[in-house]
Amino acid sequence: MSSAALLAQTALPPAPYADRQLDDPAQEKKAHDFMLTIRCLTCQSQSIADSNASMAGDLRSEIRQRIARGEDPEQIRAWLIERYGDWISYEPTAEPILWPLWAAPVVLLLGGGALVWGRIRRRKKESA
Amino acid sequence: MIAELGLGALWLAAALALLQLVLSALGLGKGRAELLSGVRPVAVAQAVLIALSFGSLITLFLRSDMSVLLVAMNSHSAKPWLYKFAGTWGNHEGSMLLWVTVMGLAGALVALLERTLKRETHMATLGAQAAISLGFYAFLLFASNPFARLNPAAPDGQGLNPLLQDPGLAFHPPTLYLGYVGLSVAFSFAVGALLTRTVDASFARAMRPWVLGAWVLLTIGITAGSYWAYYELGWGGWWFWDPVENASLMPWLAATALLHSVTVLATRDALRAWTIMLAVVAFSMSMVGTFLVRSGILTSVHAFAVDPERGTFILGLLAIYIGGALALFGLRVGTVREGRQFEAMSRETLLVVNNLLLTVILGVVLVGTLYPLMTEAFGHKVSVGPPYFNAVAGPIALVLMLAMVAGPLTRWRRDVPRVVGGRMLWPTGLMLGTASALAVAAWGRIGVLPFLGLVVAVGVALGSLIPLTKRNLRRTPLFTYGMVLAHLGCAVSLGGMAAESAFTAEKLVAMQPGESVEAAGWRVRFDKVMPLAGPNWVAMQADMAVSRGGDETFLHPQNRFFSDPPTNTTESAILTTWRGQLYIVLGDRLEDGRWQMRIWWKPFVTLIWLGGFMIAAGGVLTLIGRERRGWMLKVRKIRAGEWA
Repeated sequence: MSSAALLAQTALPPAPYADRQLDDPAQEKKAHDFMLTIRCLTCQSQSIADSNASMAGDLRSEIRQRIARGEDPEQIRAWLIERYGDWISYEPTAEPILWPLWAAPVVLLLGGGALVWGRIRRRKKESA
Repeated sequence: MIAELGLGALWLAAALALLQLVLSALGLGKGRAELLSGVRPVAVAQAVLIALSFGSLITLFLRSDMSVLLVAMNSHSAKPWLYKFAGTWGNHEGSMLLWVTVMGLAGALVALLERTLKRETHMATLGAQAAISLGFYAFLLFASNPFARLNPAAPDGQGLNPLLQDPGLAFHPPTLYLGYVGLSVAFSFAVGALLTRTVDASFARAMRPWVLGAWVLLTIGITAGSYWAYYELGWGGWWFWDPVENASLMPWLAATALLHSVTVLATRDALRAWTIMLAVVAFSMSMVGTFLVRSGILTSVHAFAVDPERGTFILGLLAIYIGGALALFGLRVGTVREGRQFEAMSRETLLVVNNLLLTVILGVVLVGTLYPLMTEAFGHKVSVGPPYFNAVAGPIALVLMLAMVAGPLTRWRRDVPRVVGGRMLWPTGLMLGTASALAVAAWGRIGVLPFLGLVVAVGVALGSLIPLTKRNLRRTPLFTYGMVLAHLGCAVSLGGMAAESAFTAEKLVAMQPGESVEAAGWRVRFDKVMPLAGPNWVAMQADMAVSRGGDETFLHPQNRFFSDPPTNTTESAILTTWRGQLYIVLGDRLEDGRWQMRIWWKPFVTLIWLGGFMIAAGGVLTLIGRERRGWMLKVRKIRAGEWA
């Protein structure tokens, strides 16, 4: 905690960790992987991990600091969604409105697979 | 005058498209065969006129004629000529004019070159082509006139989005449009065949070069677009699952499936109805792509395309074409006789698996892209992004890659599972070996998907070469080399993607001139920053010296400021070595005088695009290999005609 306080003094307000990595590589990786799943609200289809916008910088800084304090990424996601709405998360949540989205690949695979399988079986019978 | 000339030519071309449609419809429908002889000349005349119209617009842009609204809105007299030229299609109206121009030229090619199709099918194809063009002509003339005047003329233009001021703009959109239009030609063939009830192997052979050509161009367009985004956006990302990217990926997926099924139809006369269905889907996807990009329904990195007012018009066109195509398919599919049979273990089956998986990926991308629009209609804004697409499409794509190894190693019609398994022995062994080695070396440090990606890439790379073993390489047909090269390209590209995701090292630092840092084994020294002026921008340019043990290399990342319109962009400096790329971006100057730097080491990232171009080159080889005989025959016929 003391090192973070020290850094906070030397770095510039308002977003000290916008473009400064955490010292612990494991924590930085956790933070970076998480940032890739958060949408930059003022940009167009970019995550906050790859945006020049100041809003993205502020959020990167906030996320790095929270990860450094030991917060869980999903906790942070919940906090962000509460504050900015579902739109901020690129990772679709488990809400009912998103169930069809997750069901789509399963339905497509099973439906297509059944179609192909039926075709092949019918052909076998015909040729038998 | 030039603007009026262009507009006049556009109206005339539209009228000729209508004539082309009417002639072929009356000729075929009412049995008045004498009308059909007019179809081909009309198609050619239409192409000449639309080319004249597009040429006029290019001239207006090159001359910076600010009395034309489109030029004033999108160009600037101080721009380099290449960007004036490419700026012609860096906007909505110009890009739609490019669309119909390419379409008109393709129509003329179909009219002039196609000789293998039956006459009725040929004429029906040209009629369908005219019907598609007409919708776009109407859209241009009634909702997006590129030649509208501005009175009084503007003193100078508003400029082009600086992100687009890049050689990429000159090539990326036209390549994709050529691909889209190629798919529309394939679709016209399908409609022609359905209307005249001639869905068979010879129809497939006539359609195949168009599918192959479109697919090659889409592959090049997507690959080049990905690299463009990678170096231009300045964050090292190469694929964002952005809706506009998805809009180009979906037609590619459909074209890839169509390419394989049309080969089954041409070679084995099987999968007739399914091939027609895929032609409909491929064209629909290129229409959906155009709709998503052009209607402004999505906001994305490609913000230049945003324009909500025209959405309704394009949506109408979309509904008419896709609805019409599906209705025709439903009405006529009963008349398509079932093709030849094949056993469960056969190359046909594996190609069906290929088609199934590609279609599922396509469905996933489509649903994921449109889902936020649907939930927004219910008042709930959500985002569907990389985490969803990677998690869902990634594993399916890996299974598809495995089927890609098995396909060429399996015989047509029937094969023995055990024998196919035996041919797969070496790739399987290599994958198991790679998996163990990687697990030992990097367990827990890389994600599951990159891990599997690396393993599959190695296996597919070996497996894709097996079709060349145990045969006389000199007598191996060119299209076999094409297939091998394309499949190998898939492995190379996958390997690059997986390596980049697994091993990229990022370093963000604030540096004082004179300072050095270590990043992923590289020593990066920041010497100084100097101001620099370009034709229509000013920049701060850093002098960086990088080395990895040996000699120093100098890199010059820039932070550019464009005045028309006022925008900041970063020009990343990239050092390419055989092992990967070092990617450096100069950020802002901090208050204490230090400069923000972003440094990435991306191992083997170049393989992504190398693989993409290998896939396209494989397509070109296949195209030449398949069509050469036909071309030679045509040439011989023409010569014989001259001498006779």
